[in-house]
Amino acid sequence: MRGEVFMRESIVSLKNVSFQYENQGRNALQNVSFDIFDGEWLAIVGHNGSGKSTMAKLLNGLQFPQQGEIMVCGIRLNEESIWEIRKKLGMVFQNPDNQFVGTTVQDDVAFGLENHGTPRDDMILRVEDSLKKVKMDHFLNQEPHHLSGGQKQRVAIAGVLALRPSIIILDEATSMLDPKGRGEVLETVRALKDEKSLTVISITHDLEEAAKADRIIVMNQGEVYREGTPEDIFSMDDELVQLGLDIPFSIKMSNAFRQKGIDLSKHYLSEEELVNELWTYRSKI
Amino acid sequence: MMEKMIIGRYVPAESLIHRMDPRSKLIIIFLFVCIIFLANNMLTYVLIGIYTFLMLGLSRIPFRFLYAGLKPVLWLVLFTLLLQVFFTKDGSLLYELGPIKIYEEGVRQGIFISMRFFFLILMTSLLTLTTTPIEITDGLETLLNPLKKVRFPVHEMALMMSISLRFIPTLMQETDKIMKAQIARGVEFSSGPVKERIKAVIPLLIPLFVSSFKRAEELAIAMEARGYRGGEGRTKYRLLRWKLADTMQLLILAILTILLILLRS
Repeated sequence: MRGEVFMRESIVSLKNVSFQYENQGRNALQNVSFDIFDGEWLAIVGHNGSGKSTMAKLLNGLQFPQQGEIMVCGIRLNEESIWEIRKKLGMVFQNPDNQFVGTTVQDDVAFGLENHGTPRDDMILRVEDSLKKVKMDHFLNQEPHHLSGGQKQRVAIAGVLALRPSIIILDEATSMLDPKGRGEVLETVRALKDEKSLTVISITHDLEEAAKADRIIVMNQGEVYREGTPEDIFSMDDELVQLGLDIPFSIKMSNAFRQKGIDLSKHYLSEEELVNELWTYRSKI
Repeated sequence: MMEKMIIGRYVPAESLIHRMDPRSKLIIIFLFVCIIFLANNMLTYVLIGIYTFLMLGLSRIPFRFLYAGLKPVLWLVLFTLLLQVFFTKDGSLLYELGPIKIYEEGVRQGIFISMRFFFLILMTSLLTLTTTPIEITDGLETLLNPLKKVRFPVHEMALMMSISLRFIPTLMQETDKIMKAQIARGVEFSSGPVKERIKAVIPLLIPLFVSSFKRAEELAIAMEARGYRGGEGRTKYRLLRWKLADTMQLLILAILTILLILLRS
């Protein structure tokens, strides 16, 4: 099933992109090239300073690369096209509070629409509709300080959704949330992706989150270190740890089993798969 | 504490005054502040008093909220009254005790000026009690719109105000958190000599400032990512509706103005 993804056409492509922050000797991104395919869930992982957040900023024109070119939805990214591209490519940031602009939930969702000059009648429909999609429609007039982190992030998703984008970037969007909030947010994005055939790019250092993606790109020192399916990536084991990434518990567990000579059916397992494998293990032998 | 001072001023209720357009409320308050100076005799002051209490009645704001707003300024009203009573030396002498002489005009002026003060405070607190801060911001933005012609950044001011309002509770929560963190490290905020207590505020303010700057930067990035590029070409989600009640209120104020002009001496 995952093989299908690679047959689809590229929606974002980076060609030989290099980027350097001012006053910094080292390139934050070094000759990066890859494609993101229409409708896939791509996780970009890497430790702090690996260049993964810089990538998010480049993708919607918050920064421009010194070298190379970026194409989003067939449009070449430059100073003139950024506003067009920002409509197609929505971003959810890390801190739930620092991206909530409106005084109430509905004002915040409307903020992006106001910026793009959407007529008011259309705006009302879109605000209502997108809040329904993230199950926050009962909170229309709620003020942000009465919401949980997960709820605020869902409002942020609604704000992105209202602009009817093709791509959603989650820039560490779940890293400040508790496990419940994290689950809520990822579930919401997953459901939306399936319903609207969105492309999701999740930038994260949480490999557990990345495990649910169709494809993973591992960044290190501003370069693409490895690219592949979660199974491929998790078979790197110790290499990942050396890159400063923490392997999910279920993987660590199955590795430990393997070392004890207990063979499990496949290398990469989600927590649920692992549990299933374990309680049926006895009946297999 | 601060939350109560700024946000908690608004008292939600279903009343004619609450439902009014913030623009008409702002205009009325502005005009009221001007026409109150027309009053110069008992009759005109009574008229203004009737008008003020009529508005208060229509707003259905419980008296204790009004009193809470009045309390801090009440002594000021009293002070002006005494000042006028003791220092105006016009009209016939009413009372004399050693160097203190009280004249008829002084008593008259004192009462009038403190009444003026009193009504002004009541009416302006009525505005903040019946209108949410964001409504006031919206109202101001539309009313000040003509100033755009002289390059006054109306939209930016309004956005600044609404973002400040949105972040007040967030920063209050943060202050609370930092305070607790510092107390846990042994900082005394509520006891000790005044000098020490002032010093203790520094480890509270610095982290607060640092995080506010960080917030501002992140918010700016998020706003830009969501397509914000100034007021040009922007549509508005919040809609202000001018209703019949608003026109009526303005008419009532006009009638009051005419009466004041006719009846003043």
